[in-house]
Amino acid sequence: MNLLLLLDMVAAGRGDEVVVQSGDHRLTAAELLAAAWAGAEAAAGTSALAYVGTNGLALPIGLFAAAAAGVPFVPLNYRLTEDQLHDLLAPLGDTLVVADGEDQAAALAARGHRVLGAGEFVAAARGAGPAAGDVPAEGEAPAVLLYTSGTTAAPKAAVLRHRHLTSYVIGTVEFGGAGPDEAVLVSVPPYHVAGLANLLSNLYLGRRIVYLAQFDAPAWVESVRRESITNAMVVPTMLARICDVLDEDGEGLPSLRALSYGGARTPATVLQRVMALLPDVDLTNAYGLTETSSTIAVLGPEDHRAARDGDPDASARLSSAGQVLPTVEVEVRDPLGDAQPAGEPGEIWVRGEQVSGEYAGRDASLDDDGWFPTRDRGWVDAEGYLFIEGRSDDTIIRGGENIAPAEIEEVLLQHPAIAQVAVVGLPDDEWGQRIAAVVVLRPDTVLDADEVRDFARTSLRGSKTPDVVTFADALPFTETGKLLRRVVQADLAAAT
Amino acid sequence: MKLRPGQKLHSAVCDAQVVVVKAPAGEVELGCGGAPLLDDGQEADGAATLDESLGEGPLLGKRYADEEVGLELLCTRAGKGALTVDGRPLLIKGAKPLPSSD
Repeated sequence: MNLLLLLDMVAAGRGDEVVVQSGDHRLTAAELLAAAWAGAEAAAGTSALAYVGTNGLALPIGLFAAAAAGVPFVPLNYRLTEDQLHDLLAPLGDTLVVADGEDQAAALAARGHRVLGAGEFVAAARGAGPAAGDVPAEGEAPAVLLYTSGTTAAPKAAVLRHRHLTSYVIGTVEFGGAGPDEAVLVSVPPYHVAGLANLLSNLYLGRRIVYLAQFDAPAWVESVRRESITNAMVVPTMLARICDVLDEDGEGLPSLRALSYGGARTPATVLQRVMALLPDVDLTNAYGLTETSSTIAVLGPEDHRAARDGDPDASARLSSAGQVLPTVEVEVRDPLGDAQPAGEPGEIWVRGEQVSGEYAGRDASLDDDGWFPTRDRGWVDAEGYLFIEGRSDDTIIRGGENIAPAEIEEVLLQHPAIAQVAVVGLPDDEWGQRIAAVVVLRPDTVLDADEVRDFARTSLRGSKTPDVVTFADALPFTETGKLLRRVVQADLAAAT
Repeated sequence: MKLRPGQKLHSAVCDAQVVVVKAPAGEVELGCGGAPLLDDGQEADGAATLDESLGEGPLLGKRYADEEVGLELLCTRAGKGALTVDGRPLLIKGAKPLPSSD
């Protein structure tokens, strides 16, 4: 099925209701559909519609305009340099680039790209007449090309076809299922799969979508209060900063009913703060990948409440990704490809209609039976809860023992002086790999390498205690809070 | 009729429109309000009339399924004619609500 058909249904059901809002600008469903057709004219004859910008009306208009024009939508990170953007745009062919930064737009135009300012694109699309055009239903064409975060390798473009994204939406949310007063604040970046999933799911549910151009904790808290926001999705780094703001002003978020988080591992300490600061809010942890059209497993509000009330099983599951969606299958496999029983770790494979596993210009990564290797390591417990250890590529193999960096990081983060930590493997002649920890201390604290190692040894076996401990002022993260381990590793390797 | 996922169909006797979400392996007869559902581009000839005795018409955004043949349709425009497959009424597919992750 085609994405444009989802918007067409919303316009048919409640066309006069505001569906997207950015600052003082609002669009009803009927206006968004009309703008999509007008935007499609600007993209006619091109091979893709790229968007380089922050959250705003150009994002939904651009996504649906691309669908109406029958070309893929390609959201790109506006923080990339002109050279990087040029390199990503070049293989796409004759692309219409919608850019909201004036300098960036001018620079890309000077490199020979066909560029429209986001303001100009939105104004032209909104000025057009009522929607006209036969809404496509077919779902085979690529809807979105999305660059994966590339924490362990160079970024590559995942191909999400219309049928992947519409299967996700239809399979996970009920059309018009939201109450009339529900509003969602979207602050995840538009080039992240969560940004697209937020747009599509909430539009279909019938929740008013309020965009925050870029995440900023005080602005986020202020927006929730001003717009009576009921729902939001954030990544763990955002969660920690929101807690700081709430801690300081003590006013809470009375309108907020549900908060979901995901995109990277959430430290237990952060989660505990959120549960204490927002006791009445339904919390949901979502796990998913770009290649799976967003969420494939959820840990829901009841699991969170049971953990808060002291249920030991539920507390253990608080660090899990929850249960896999009914529309998705999961299998944990050993290196030989054999399915593992409950409790045994291995690589996580998934299958389902929302799972793409396809990359632009490469062979599909699905096996003959349609299973996709996530390259995440983990296990499933007896009740079907999925635990993620981390990326397979990040696994440290020290003396033949598989060690998940996240396990060591979780322990070190419990130390009151440690603000951030990255654990990586370094080449070692004797052990194959040795364990290195890069520690960022909290302000005005003092800690030396031996104290860090001693602290680790109190909870971990000797073989999991870092061999090397270094200190840094900051760690490199992606926009969505994923640690760039390959950068940490390269820096360490260069220094030793 | 042999169906394929993503195929649009419309009623000959009311405003109902549907899209095929899951297509059965073999051929099936799809009806709405007692008349065959029409393929995209096909015009109703005006001869068919709505048979209200078959039940309620589809609601916008609801899914309708038949497990016997493995068929699932999504209603993209509501209508008055009840949906049928090989003469059997299609059943509304109840979705167990999931925690909101977006």
